[in-house]
Amino acid sequence: MSFNNLDQLYRSVIMDHYKNPRNKGSLEENSVTIDMNNPTCGDRIHLTLKLNDDVVEDAKFDGEGCSISMSSASMMTQIVKGKKLDEALELADIFSKMMLGEDFDDEKYDLGDVEALQGVAKFPARIKCATLAWKAMEKGVNNEKK
Amino acid sequence: MIPNDIKSYFPILNQEVNGHPLVYLDSAATSQKPIQVIEAISNYYNLDNSNVHRGVHTLGNRATDSYEGAREKVRKFINASSTQEVIFTRGTTTALNTVASGYGRQNVQEGDEIVITYMEHHSNIIPWQQLAKEKGAVLKYIDLEADGTISLEKVRETITPQTKIVSMMYVSNVLGTINPIKEVAQIAHENGAVVVADLAQAAPHMKIDVQDLDVDFAAFSGHKMCAPTGIGVLYGKKALLEEMEPVEFGGEMIDFVGLTESTWKELPWKFEGGTPIIASAIGLGAAIDFLEEIGLDNIAAHEHKLVGYAMDQLETIDGLQIFGPRDPMKRCGLVTFNLDDVHPHDVATVLDMSGIAVRAGHHCAQPLMKWLQVTATARASFYMYNDEEDVDRLVAGLRSAKEYFGDVF
Repeated sequence: MSFNNLDQLYRSVIMDHYKNPRNKGSLEENSVTIDMNNPTCGDRIHLTLKLNDDVVEDAKFDGEGCSISMSSASMMTQIVKGKKLDEALELADIFSKMMLGEDFDDEKYDLGDVEALQGVAKFPARIKCATLAWKAMEKGVNNEKK
Repeated sequence: MIPNDIKSYFPILNQEVNGHPLVYLDSAATSQKPIQVIEAISNYYNLDNSNVHRGVHTLGNRATDSYEGAREKVRKFINASSTQEVIFTRGTTTALNTVASGYGRQNVQEGDEIVITYMEHHSNIIPWQQLAKEKGAVLKYIDLEADGTISLEKVRETITPQTKIVSMMYVSNVLGTINPIKEVAQIAHENGAVVVADLAQAAPHMKIDVQDLDVDFAAFSGHKMCAPTGIGVLYGKKALLEEMEPVEFGGEMIDFVGLTESTWKELPWKFEGGTPIIASAIGLGAAIDFLEEIGLDNIAAHEHKLVGYAMDQLETIDGLQIFGPRDPMKRCGLVTFNLDDVHPHDVATVLDMSGIAVRAGHHCAQPLMKWLQVTATARASFYMYNDEEDVDRLVAGLRSAKEYFGDVF
Protein backbone atom coordinates (compact mmCIF):
# COMPACT_ATOMS: atom_id res chain seq x y z
CA MET A 1 0.00 0.00 0.00
CA SER A 2 1.32 3.46 -0.79
CA PHE A 3 1.18 6.14 1.83
CA ASN A 4 2.28 9.28 -0.02
CA ASN A 5 -0.09 11.37 2.08
CA LEU A 6 1.34 9.99 5.26
CA ASP A 7 4.82 11.01 4.27
CA GLN A 8 3.69 14.61 4.51
CA LEU A 9 2.83 13.98 8.14
CA TYR A 10 5.57 11.67 9.25
CA ARG A 11 8.67 13.32 7.82
CA SER A 12 11.93 11.63 8.77
CA VAL A 13 13.02 14.64 10.80
CA ILE A 14 9.85 14.22 12.90
CA MET A 15 10.57 10.56 13.46
CA ASP A 16 14.12 11.45 14.41
CA HIS A 17 12.88 13.85 17.10
CA TYR A 18 10.40 11.23 18.31
CA LYS A 19 13.02 8.51 18.59
CA ASN A 20 15.80 10.79 19.84
CA PRO A 21 14.09 13.62 21.67
CA ARG A 22 16.20 16.71 22.34
CA ASN A 23 16.06 18.34 25.76
CA LYS A 24 14.23 15.44 27.39
CA GLY A 25 14.04 15.64 31.16
CA SER A 26 13.34 18.23 33.79
CA LEU A 27 15.22 21.33 34.91
CA GLU A 28 15.75 21.42 38.61
CA GLU A 29 16.45 24.82 40.07
CA ASN A 30 14.69 28.13 39.58
CA SER A 31 12.64 26.93 36.69
CA VAL A 32 9.11 27.61 35.60
CA THR A 33 7.05 24.42 35.48
CA ILE A 34 4.06 23.89 33.24
CA ASP A 35 2.01 20.69 33.11
CA MET A 36 -0.50 20.40 30.35
CA ASN A 37 -2.50 17.60 28.84
CA ASN A 38 -4.81 16.97 25.98
CA PRO A 39 -7.94 15.71 27.73
CA THR A 40 -9.37 14.15 24.60
CA CYS A 41 -6.49 11.77 24.02
CA GLY A 42 -4.40 11.63 27.20
CA ASP A 43 -1.21 13.18 25.81
CA ARG A 44 0.69 14.86 28.61
CA ILE A 45 3.61 17.26 28.78
CA HIS A 46 5.73 18.43 31.70
CA LEU A 47 7.73 21.45 30.58
CA THR A 48 10.37 23.26 32.60
CA LEU A 49 11.77 26.61 31.47
CA LYS A 50 14.69 28.56 32.90
CA LEU A 51 13.92 32.20 32.28
CA ASN A 52 16.55 34.85 32.97
CA ASP A 53 16.65 38.54 32.08
CA ASP A 54 13.89 38.24 29.58
CA VAL A 55 15.53 35.27 27.87
CA VAL A 56 14.67 31.55 27.73
CA GLU A 57 17.98 30.19 28.95
CA ASP A 58 17.04 26.56 28.98
CA ALA A 59 14.06 24.30 28.33
CA LYS A 60 13.38 20.64 28.97
CA PHE A 61 10.30 18.49 28.56
CA ASP A 62 8.96 15.18 29.73
CA GLY A 63 5.73 13.52 28.80
CA GLU A 64 3.77 10.85 27.06
CA GLY A 65 2.15 11.00 23.70
CA CYS A 66 2.19 10.24 20.02
CA SER A 67 5.03 10.88 17.61
CA ILE A 68 3.60 14.25 16.60
CA SER A 69 3.16 15.65 20.11
CA MET A 70 6.53 14.45 21.39
CA SER A 71 8.56 15.47 18.32
CA SER A 72 6.88 18.87 18.36
CA ALA A 73 7.86 19.28 22.02
CA SER A 74 11.44 18.33 21.21
CA MET A 75 11.60 20.86 18.36
CA MET A 76 9.96 23.58 20.42
CA THR A 77 12.50 23.30 23.23
CA GLN A 78 15.25 23.41 20.66
CA ILE A 79 14.08 26.57 18.95
CA VAL A 80 13.09 28.64 22.00
CA LYS A 81 16.40 28.21 23.79
CA GLY A 82 18.25 31.53 23.80
CA LYS A 83 15.21 33.42 22.50
CA LYS A 84 13.80 36.49 24.23
CA LEU A 85 10.40 35.97 25.87
CA ASP A 86 8.65 38.07 23.25
CA GLU A 87 10.36 36.11 20.51
CA ALA A 88 9.27 32.84 22.07
CA LEU A 89 5.68 34.07 22.12
CA GLU A 90 5.98 35.21 18.54
CA LEU A 91 7.24 31.76 17.58
CA ALA A 92 4.23 30.19 19.32
CA ASP A 93 2.01 32.48 17.24
CA ILE A 94 3.82 31.57 14.04
CA PHE A 95 3.48 27.89 14.89
CA SER A 96 -0.21 28.25 15.58
CA LYS A 97 -0.70 29.95 12.19
CA MET A 98 1.32 27.23 10.51
CA MET A 99 -0.97 24.60 12.03
CA LEU A 100 -4.11 26.44 10.98
CA GLY A 101 -2.79 26.74 7.45
CA GLU A 102 -2.72 30.54 7.69
CA ASP A 103 -0.05 32.81 6.25
CA PHE A 104 2.87 33.43 8.55
CA ASP A 105 6.16 35.30 8.48
CA ASP A 106 8.70 32.68 7.47
CA GLU A 107 11.51 35.19 7.06
CA LYS A 108 11.95 36.50 10.57
CA TYR A 109 13.14 33.28 12.22
CA ASP A 110 14.99 30.27 11.01
CA LEU A 111 12.37 27.66 11.83
CA GLY A 112 14.73 24.78 11.15
CA ASP A 113 13.27 21.37 11.98
CA VAL A 114 9.95 22.92 12.98
CA GLU A 115 9.13 23.40 9.30
CA ALA A 116 8.79 19.64 9.02
CA LEU A 117 5.59 19.90 11.06
CA GLN A 118 3.84 21.96 8.37
CA GLY A 119 2.23 18.81 6.99
CA VAL A 120 0.26 18.36 10.22
CA ALA A 121 -2.04 21.17 9.04
CA LYS A 122 -3.48 18.72 6.50
CA PHE A 123 -4.48 16.32 9.31
CA PRO A 124 -6.99 18.32 11.39
CA ALA A 125 -7.33 15.57 13.99
CA ARG A 126 -3.63 15.82 14.77
CA ILE A 127 -3.21 19.59 15.11
CA LYS A 128 -3.87 19.46 18.85
CA CYS A 129 -1.09 16.91 19.23
CA ALA A 130 1.37 19.29 17.61
CA THR A 131 0.34 22.42 19.49
CA LEU A 132 0.36 20.96 23.04
CA ALA A 133 4.00 21.77 23.85
CA TRP A 134 3.75 25.22 22.30
CA LYS A 135 0.66 26.03 24.33
CA ALA A 136 2.53 24.95 27.47
CA MET A 137 5.48 27.18 26.59
CA GLU A 138 3.18 30.11 25.83
CA LYS A 139 1.49 29.69 29.21
CA GLY A 140 4.79 29.53 31.08
CA VAL A 141 6.21 32.61 29.38
CA ASN A 142 2.99 34.59 29.75
CA ASN A 143 2.83 33.81 33.47
CA GLU A 144 6.40 35.01 33.87
CA LYS A 145 5.71 38.27 32.06
CA LYS A 146 2.82 39.17 34.38
CA MET B 1 -28.50 -14.63 11.02
CA ILE B 2 -27.75 -11.09 10.02
CA PRO B 3 -29.23 -10.28 6.58
CA ASN B 4 -26.60 -10.32 3.82
CA ASP B 5 -27.61 -6.88 2.63
CA ILE B 6 -27.31 -5.34 6.10
CA LYS B 7 -24.84 -2.68 4.95
CA SER B 8 -27.37 -1.35 2.45
CA TYR B 9 -29.57 -0.19 5.35
CA PHE B 10 -26.80 2.17 6.45
CA PRO B 11 -26.32 4.76 3.69
CA ILE B 12 -23.23 6.28 5.32
CA LEU B 13 -21.25 3.07 4.89
CA ASN B 14 -21.45 3.38 1.12
CA GLN B 15 -18.64 5.88 0.63
CA GLU B 16 -14.92 6.14 0.10
CA VAL B 17 -12.66 7.71 2.69
CA ASN B 18 -9.18 8.78 1.62
CA GLY B 19 -9.60 6.80 -1.57
CA HIS B 20 -10.71 3.53 0.03
CA PRO B 21 -14.15 2.09 0.81
CA LEU B 22 -15.03 3.07 4.39
CA VAL B 23 -14.60 0.44 7.09
CA TYR B 24 -16.31 1.81 10.18
CA LEU B 25 -14.93 0.20 13.34
CA ASP B 26 -15.91 2.82 15.90
CA SER B 27 -19.46 1.83 16.80
CA ALA B 28 -18.64 1.75 20.52
CA ALA B 29 -18.16 5.51 20.23
CA THR B 30 -21.32 5.93 18.20
CA SER B 31 -23.14 3.58 15.87
CA GLN B 32 -24.26 4.41 12.36
CA LYS B 33 -27.95 4.99 11.69
CA PRO B 34 -30.14 2.87 9.42
CA ILE B 35 -32.37 4.49 6.84
CA GLN B 36 -35.43 3.50 8.93
CA VAL B 37 -34.26 5.74 11.78
CA ILE B 38 -33.28 8.62 9.51
CA GLU B 39 -36.71 8.41 7.86
CA ALA B 40 -38.57 8.28 11.17
CA ILE B 41 -36.93 11.54 12.21
CA SER B 42 -37.49 13.22 8.87
CA ASN B 43 -41.13 12.02 8.79
CA TYR B 44 -41.69 13.45 12.21
CA TYR B 45 -40.39 16.85 11.15
CA ASN B 46 -42.12 16.70 7.78
CA LEU B 47 -45.52 15.63 9.11
CA ASP B 48 -46.02 15.66 12.86
CA ASN B 49 -43.72 18.21 14.50
CA SER B 50 -45.43 19.81 17.47
CA ASN B 51 -44.89 20.11 21.20
CA VAL B 52 -46.07 17.24 23.37
CA HIS B 53 -48.48 16.93 26.30
CA ARG B 54 -50.12 20.31 25.88
CA GLY B 55 -51.79 21.02 22.58
CA VAL B 56 -55.41 20.26 21.87
CA HIS B 57 -54.65 20.20 18.16
CA THR B 58 -54.10 17.17 15.94
CA LEU B 59 -50.35 17.59 15.40
CA GLY B 60 -49.85 17.90 19.15
CA ASN B 61 -51.70 14.62 19.63
CA ARG B 62 -49.68 12.89 16.94
CA ALA B 63 -46.40 14.10 18.42
CA THR B 64 -47.48 13.02 21.91
CA ASP B 65 -48.58 9.60 20.67
CA SER B 66 -45.27 9.05 18.87
CA TYR B 67 -43.21 10.25 21.82
CA GLU B 68 -45.10 8.11 24.34
CA GLY B 69 -45.14 5.26 21.83
CA ALA B 70 -41.34 5.37 21.83
CA ARG B 71 -41.39 5.08 25.62
CA GLU B 72 -43.48 1.92 25.39
CA LYS B 73 -40.99 0.50 22.88
CA VAL B 74 -38.16 1.19 25.33
CA ARG B 75 -40.15 -0.43 28.12
CA LYS B 76 -40.56 -3.61 26.13
CA PHE B 77 -36.95 -3.48 24.92
CA ILE B 78 -35.56 -3.65 28.48
CA ASN B 79 -38.60 -5.45 29.97
CA ALA B 80 -39.41 -2.76 32.53
CA SER B 81 -42.67 -3.45 34.32
CA SER B 82 -44.17 -0.06 33.50
CA THR B 83 -43.55 2.99 31.28
CA GLN B 84 -43.50 4.95 34.53
CA GLU B 85 -40.04 3.47 35.03
CA VAL B 86 -38.70 4.77 31.70
CA ILE B 87 -37.36 8.32 31.74
CA PHE B 88 -35.99 9.95 28.63
CA THR B 89 -32.69 11.77 29.19
CA ARG B 90 -29.99 13.33 27.05
CA GLY B 91 -27.91 10.17 27.31
CA THR B 92 -26.18 7.81 29.73
CA THR B 93 -24.23 10.63 31.37
CA THR B 94 -27.37 12.59 32.23
CA ALA B 95 -29.10 9.45 33.46
CA LEU B 96 -26.23 8.55 35.81
CA ASN B 97 -25.99 12.13 37.04
CA THR B 98 -29.72 12.10 37.76
CA VAL B 99 -29.33 9.03 39.99
CA ALA B 100 -26.30 10.52 41.76
CA SER B 101 -27.86 13.90 42.41
CA GLY B 102 -31.41 12.63 42.96
CA TYR B 103 -31.24 9.29 44.75
CA GLY B 104 -27.63 9.77 45.91
CA ARG B 105 -28.08 13.11 47.65
CA GLN B 106 -31.19 11.89 49.45
CA ASN B 107 -29.78 8.58 50.61
CA VAL B 108 -26.00 8.78 51.04
CA GLN B 109 -24.61 10.14 54.30
CA GLU B 110 -21.22 10.76 55.86
CA GLY B 111 -19.22 7.56 56.18
CA ASP B 112 -21.41 5.62 53.72
CA GLU B 113 -19.76 3.80 50.84
CA ILE B 114 -20.27 4.03 47.11
CA VAL B 115 -18.75 1.14 45.16
CA ILE B 116 -17.62 1.24 41.52
CA THR B 117 -14.90 -0.58 39.54
CA TYR B 118 -11.58 0.32 37.93
CA MET B 119 -12.99 -0.22 34.47
CA GLU B 120 -15.71 2.44 34.63
CA HIS B 121 -16.20 5.14 32.02
CA HIS B 122 -15.66 8.66 33.38
CA SER B 123 -19.43 9.17 33.31
CA ASN B 124 -19.80 6.43 35.92
CA ILE B 125 -16.94 7.74 38.08
CA ILE B 126 -17.21 11.49 38.38
CA PRO B 127 -20.88 11.78 39.49
CA TRP B 128 -20.00 9.43 42.40
CA GLN B 129 -16.75 11.26 43.16
CA GLN B 130 -18.71 14.49 43.43
CA LEU B 131 -21.40 12.89 45.58
CA ALA B 132 -18.80 11.31 47.88
CA LYS B 133 -17.03 14.66 48.28
CA GLU B 134 -20.24 16.48 49.03
CA LYS B 135 -21.45 13.95 51.61
CA GLY B 136 -18.15 12.85 53.12
CA ALA B 137 -18.82 9.35 51.78
CA VAL B 138 -16.15 6.84 50.72
CA LEU B 139 -15.73 5.92 47.05
CA LYS B 140 -14.42 2.35 46.75
CA TYR B 141 -13.14 0.60 43.63
CA ILE B 142 -13.49 -3.12 42.94
CA ASP B 143 -10.12 -4.35 41.68
CA LEU B 144 -9.91 -6.28 38.42
CA GLU B 145 -8.46 -9.69 37.65
CA ALA B 146 -5.36 -9.89 35.45
CA ASP B 147 -7.47 -10.65 32.35
CA GLY B 148 -9.72 -7.63 32.88
CA THR B 149 -12.68 -9.45 34.41
CA ILE B 150 -14.37 -9.00 37.78
CA SER B 151 -14.43 -11.79 40.34
CA LEU B 152 -17.39 -12.18 42.66
CA GLU B 153 -15.01 -12.75 45.60
CA LYS B 154 -13.62 -9.25 45.14
CA VAL B 155 -17.16 -7.94 44.79
CA ARG B 156 -18.09 -9.60 48.11
CA GLU B 157 -14.95 -8.20 49.76
CA THR B 158 -15.65 -4.65 48.63
CA ILE B 159 -19.39 -4.33 49.25
CA THR B 160 -20.26 -4.03 52.97
CA PRO B 161 -23.38 -3.12 54.96
CA GLN B 162 -22.07 0.48 54.83
CA THR B 163 -22.41 0.45 51.05
CA LYS B 164 -25.39 2.44 49.81
CA ILE B 165 -24.82 2.42 46.05
CA VAL B 166 -23.02 0.01 43.70
CA SER B 167 -22.62 1.31 40.17
CA MET B 168 -21.08 -0.76 37.41
CA MET B 169 -20.93 -1.05 33.66
CA TYR B 170 -22.50 -4.19 32.19
CA VAL B 171 -20.00 -4.18 29.32
CA SER B 172 -16.62 -2.44 29.33
CA ASN B 173 -16.03 0.05 26.51
CA VAL B 174 -12.30 -0.78 26.61
CA LEU B 175 -11.89 -4.41 27.65
CA GLY B 176 -15.15 -5.58 26.16
CA THR B 177 -15.70 -7.59 29.34
CA ILE B 178 -19.28 -8.59 30.13
CA ASN B 179 -19.64 -8.13 33.88
CA PRO B 180 -21.73 -10.41 36.18
CA ILE B 181 -24.18 -7.62 36.91
CA LYS B 182 -26.99 -9.93 38.05
CA GLU B 183 -24.80 -11.59 40.69
CA VAL B 184 -23.44 -8.19 41.74
CA ALA B 185 -27.01 -6.93 42.19
CA GLN B 186 -27.76 -9.87 44.46
CA ILE B 187 -24.68 -9.22 46.60
CA ALA B 188 -25.50 -5.51 46.77
CA HIS B 189 -29.08 -6.21 47.83
CA GLU B 190 -27.93 -8.61 50.56
CA ASN B 191 -25.97 -5.65 51.95
CA GLY B 192 -28.86 -3.22 51.59
CA ALA B 193 -27.37 -1.26 48.69
CA VAL B 194 -28.98 -0.28 45.41
CA VAL B 195 -27.39 -1.20 42.07
CA VAL B 196 -26.96 1.12 39.11
CA ALA B 197 -26.15 -0.54 35.78
CA ASP B 198 -24.43 1.42 33.04
CA LEU B 199 -25.84 -0.31 29.97
CA ALA B 200 -24.28 2.04 27.39
CA GLN B 201 -22.19 -0.71 25.76
CA ALA B 202 -24.62 -3.53 26.50
CA ALA B 203 -28.02 -2.35 25.28
CA PRO B 204 -26.92 -2.09 21.61
CA HIS B 205 -25.53 -5.61 21.55
CA MET B 206 -27.50 -8.00 23.74
CA LYS B 207 -30.98 -8.66 25.10
CA ILE B 208 -31.55 -6.70 28.31
CA ASP B 209 -34.08 -7.67 30.96
CA VAL B 210 -33.90 -5.24 33.86
CA GLN B 211 -36.28 -7.34 35.96
CA ASP B 212 -34.22 -10.47 35.51
CA LEU B 213 -30.98 -8.60 36.27
CA ASP B 214 -32.81 -7.05 39.23
CA VAL B 215 -30.91 -3.77 38.96
CA ASP B 216 -32.44 -0.76 40.68
CA PHE B 217 -31.39 1.83 38.13
CA ALA B 218 -30.04 1.51 34.61
CA ALA B 219 -28.79 3.98 32.02
CA PHE B 220 -28.09 3.83 28.31
CA SER B 221 -27.70 6.05 25.25
CA GLY B 222 -29.61 5.89 21.99
CA HIS B 223 -26.76 6.90 19.70
CA LYS B 224 -24.77 3.71 20.32
CA MET B 225 -27.77 1.61 19.24
CA CYS B 226 -28.70 3.10 15.86
CA ALA B 227 -30.66 6.05 17.28
CA PRO B 228 -29.64 9.71 17.07
CA THR B 229 -27.47 11.53 19.59
CA GLY B 230 -29.12 13.49 22.38
CA ILE B 231 -31.47 10.76 23.59
CA GLY B 232 -30.92 8.25 26.36
CA VAL B 233 -32.84 6.40 29.01
CA LEU B 234 -32.87 6.26 32.77
CA TYR B 235 -34.63 3.19 34.09
CA GLY B 236 -35.49 3.05 37.77
CA LYS B 237 -37.66 0.84 39.92
CA LYS B 238 -40.92 2.67 40.49
CA ALA B 239 -40.74 2.68 44.29
CA LEU B 240 -37.28 4.31 44.19
CA LEU B 241 -38.20 6.86 41.53
CA GLU B 242 -41.29 7.85 43.47
CA GLU B 243 -39.20 8.72 46.51
CA MET B 244 -36.72 10.67 44.43
CA GLU B 245 -37.01 14.42 44.04
CA PRO B 246 -36.64 15.78 40.50
CA VAL B 247 -33.26 17.30 39.67
CA GLU B 248 -34.47 19.66 36.97
CA PHE B 249 -37.38 22.01 37.48
CA GLY B 250 -39.49 23.95 35.02
CA GLY B 251 -42.18 23.40 32.44
CA GLU B 252 -43.54 19.98 31.53
CA MET B 253 -42.66 18.38 34.90
CA ILE B 254 -45.14 20.25 37.11
CA ASP B 255 -48.60 19.43 38.30
CA PHE B 256 -49.57 22.70 39.98
CA VAL B 257 -47.49 25.87 40.37
CA GLY B 258 -48.18 28.34 43.18
CA LEU B 259 -46.26 31.45 44.22
CA THR B 260 -44.11 29.71 46.81
CA GLU B 261 -44.82 26.01 46.34
CA SER B 262 -45.31 23.66 43.42
CA THR B 263 -46.16 20.02 42.96
CA TRP B 264 -44.80 17.56 40.43
CA LYS B 265 -46.36 15.46 37.75
CA GLU B 266 -46.39 11.75 38.30
CA LEU B 267 -43.75 9.39 36.93
CA PRO B 268 -42.04 9.45 34.52
CA TRP B 269 -42.73 13.09 33.60
CA LYS B 270 -41.56 14.60 36.89
CA PHE B 271 -38.03 13.87 35.69
CA GLU B 272 -38.53 15.37 32.24
CA GLY B 273 -38.42 19.11 32.79
CA GLY B 274 -38.67 21.30 29.69
CA THR B 275 -39.71 20.41 26.17
CA PRO B 276 -38.38 16.89 25.69
CA ILE B 277 -36.12 15.58 22.94
CA ILE B 278 -39.12 14.53 20.88
CA ALA B 279 -37.63 13.71 17.48
CA SER B 280 -34.70 11.83 18.97
CA ALA B 281 -37.01 9.79 21.20
CA ILE B 282 -39.02 8.85 18.13
CA GLY B 283 -35.74 7.99 16.42
CA LEU B 284 -34.89 5.74 19.36
CA GLY B 285 -38.26 4.01 18.98
CA ALA B 286 -37.50 3.38 15.30
CA ALA B 287 -34.02 2.09 16.21
CA ILE B 288 -35.56 -0.38 18.66
CA ASP B 289 -37.97 -1.60 15.96
CA PHE B 290 -34.97 -2.08 13.67
CA LEU B 291 -32.88 -3.92 16.29
CA GLU B 292 -35.78 -6.21 17.13
CA GLU B 293 -36.35 -6.97 13.47
CA ILE B 294 -32.70 -8.03 13.13
CA GLY B 295 -32.90 -9.71 16.54
CA LEU B 296 -30.66 -8.93 19.52
CA ASP B 297 -29.70 -12.59 19.82
CA ASN B 298 -28.60 -12.59 16.17
CA ILE B 299 -26.58 -9.43 16.73
CA ALA B 300 -24.89 -10.91 19.82
CA ALA B 301 -24.08 -14.18 18.04
CA HIS B 302 -22.72 -12.34 15.00
CA GLU B 303 -20.50 -10.15 17.15
CA HIS B 304 -19.15 -12.99 19.28
CA LYS B 305 -18.14 -14.78 16.12
CA LEU B 306 -16.63 -11.66 14.61
CA VAL B 307 -14.69 -10.79 17.76
CA GLY B 308 -13.34 -14.34 17.89
CA TYR B 309 -12.23 -14.05 14.27
CA ALA B 310 -10.72 -10.59 14.87
CA MET B 311 -8.74 -11.78 17.90
CA ASP B 312 -7.41 -14.79 15.99
CA GLN B 313 -6.36 -12.60 13.06
CA LEU B 314 -4.93 -9.77 15.15
CA GLU B 315 -2.82 -12.21 17.10
CA THR B 316 -1.00 -13.13 13.90
CA ILE B 317 0.52 -9.64 13.89
CA ASP B 318 3.87 -9.62 15.60
CA GLY B 319 4.03 -7.20 18.55
CA LEU B 320 0.28 -6.65 18.80
CA GLN B 321 -1.09 -6.76 22.35
CA ILE B 322 -4.80 -7.31 23.01
CA PHE B 323 -6.36 -6.13 26.29
CA GLY B 324 -9.20 -7.87 28.12
CA PRO B 325 -10.38 -11.47 28.32
CA ARG B 326 -9.21 -13.89 25.61
CA ASP B 327 -12.49 -15.82 25.47
CA PRO B 328 -14.74 -14.07 22.91
CA MET B 329 -17.82 -15.29 24.77
CA LYS B 330 -16.75 -13.24 27.80
CA ARG B 331 -16.71 -10.05 25.79
CA CYS B 332 -18.90 -7.85 23.64
CA GLY B 333 -18.10 -6.68 20.12
CA LEU B 334 -14.84 -4.82 20.47
CA VAL B 335 -11.10 -5.39 20.61
CA THR B 336 -8.68 -2.95 22.23
CA PHE B 337 -5.01 -3.28 21.40
CA ASN B 338 -1.62 -1.65 21.03
CA LEU B 339 0.93 -2.23 18.31
CA ASP B 340 4.55 -2.34 19.40
CA ASP B 341 5.95 1.10 20.11
CA VAL B 342 3.68 2.79 17.62
CA HIS B 343 1.46 5.24 19.49
CA PRO B 344 -2.27 4.52 18.99
CA HIS B 345 -2.83 7.98 17.46
CA ASP B 346 -0.26 7.19 14.85
CA VAL B 347 -1.87 3.79 14.25
CA ALA B 348 -5.28 5.46 13.88
CA THR B 349 -3.95 8.02 11.40
CA VAL B 350 -2.36 5.34 9.21
CA LEU B 351 -5.60 3.30 9.30
CA ASP B 352 -7.62 6.42 8.45
CA MET B 353 -5.48 6.88 5.35
CA SER B 354 -6.67 3.39 4.36
CA GLY B 355 -10.33 4.31 4.99
CA ILE B 356 -10.53 2.46 8.32
CA ALA B 357 -12.05 4.30 11.29
CA VAL B 358 -10.89 3.18 14.75
CA ARG B 359 -10.75 4.96 18.08
CA ALA B 360 -7.46 5.90 19.71
CA GLY B 361 -6.97 7.44 23.12
CA HIS B 362 -7.96 6.83 26.71
CA HIS B 363 -11.60 6.01 25.87
CA CYS B 364 -12.84 8.16 28.76
CA ALA B 365 -11.43 5.59 31.19
CA GLN B 366 -8.28 7.09 32.66
CA PRO B 367 -8.32 5.00 35.88
CA LEU B 368 -8.46 1.88 33.69
CA MET B 369 -5.60 3.12 31.49
CA LYS B 370 -3.59 3.53 34.68
CA TRP B 371 -4.52 0.01 35.74
CA LEU B 372 -3.43 -1.31 32.33
CA GLN B 373 -0.24 0.78 32.64
CA VAL B 374 -0.75 2.43 29.27
CA THR B 375 -1.55 6.03 28.39
CA ALA B 376 -3.68 5.21 25.41
CA THR B 377 -4.87 2.31 23.28
CA ALA B 378 -6.44 1.71 19.89
CA ARG B 379 -9.90 0.15 19.70
CA ALA B 380 -11.79 -1.54 16.90
CA SER B 381 -15.46 -1.93 17.75
CA PHE B 382 -17.98 -3.89 15.73
CA TYR B 383 -21.67 -3.86 15.11
CA MET B 384 -24.12 -5.91 13.08
CA TYR B 385 -22.96 -4.24 9.85
CA ASN B 386 -19.33 -5.31 10.20
CA ASP B 387 -18.05 -8.54 8.69
CA GLU B 388 -14.91 -10.63 8.29
CA GLU B 389 -13.86 -8.58 5.28
CA ASP B 390 -13.76 -5.49 7.53
CA VAL B 391 -11.54 -7.39 9.97
CA ASP B 392 -9.27 -8.43 7.11
CA ARG B 393 -8.97 -4.80 6.03
CA LEU B 394 -8.09 -3.82 9.61
CA VAL B 395 -5.42 -6.49 9.84
CA ALA B 396 -3.94 -5.48 6.48
CA GLY B 397 -4.00 -1.83 7.59
CA LEU B 398 -2.19 -2.68 10.81
CA ARG B 399 0.44 -4.62 8.91
CA SER B 400 1.00 -1.56 6.70
CA ALA B 401 1.22 0.66 9.78
CA LYS B 402 3.83 -1.63 11.27
CA GLU B 403 5.77 -1.64 8.03
CA TYR B 404 5.47 2.12 7.65
CA PHE B 405 6.70 2.90 11.12
CA GLY B 406 9.31 0.17 10.91
CA ASP B 407 10.63 1.99 7.83
CA VAL B 408 10.64 5.48 9.23
CA PHE B 409 12.13 4.49 12.56
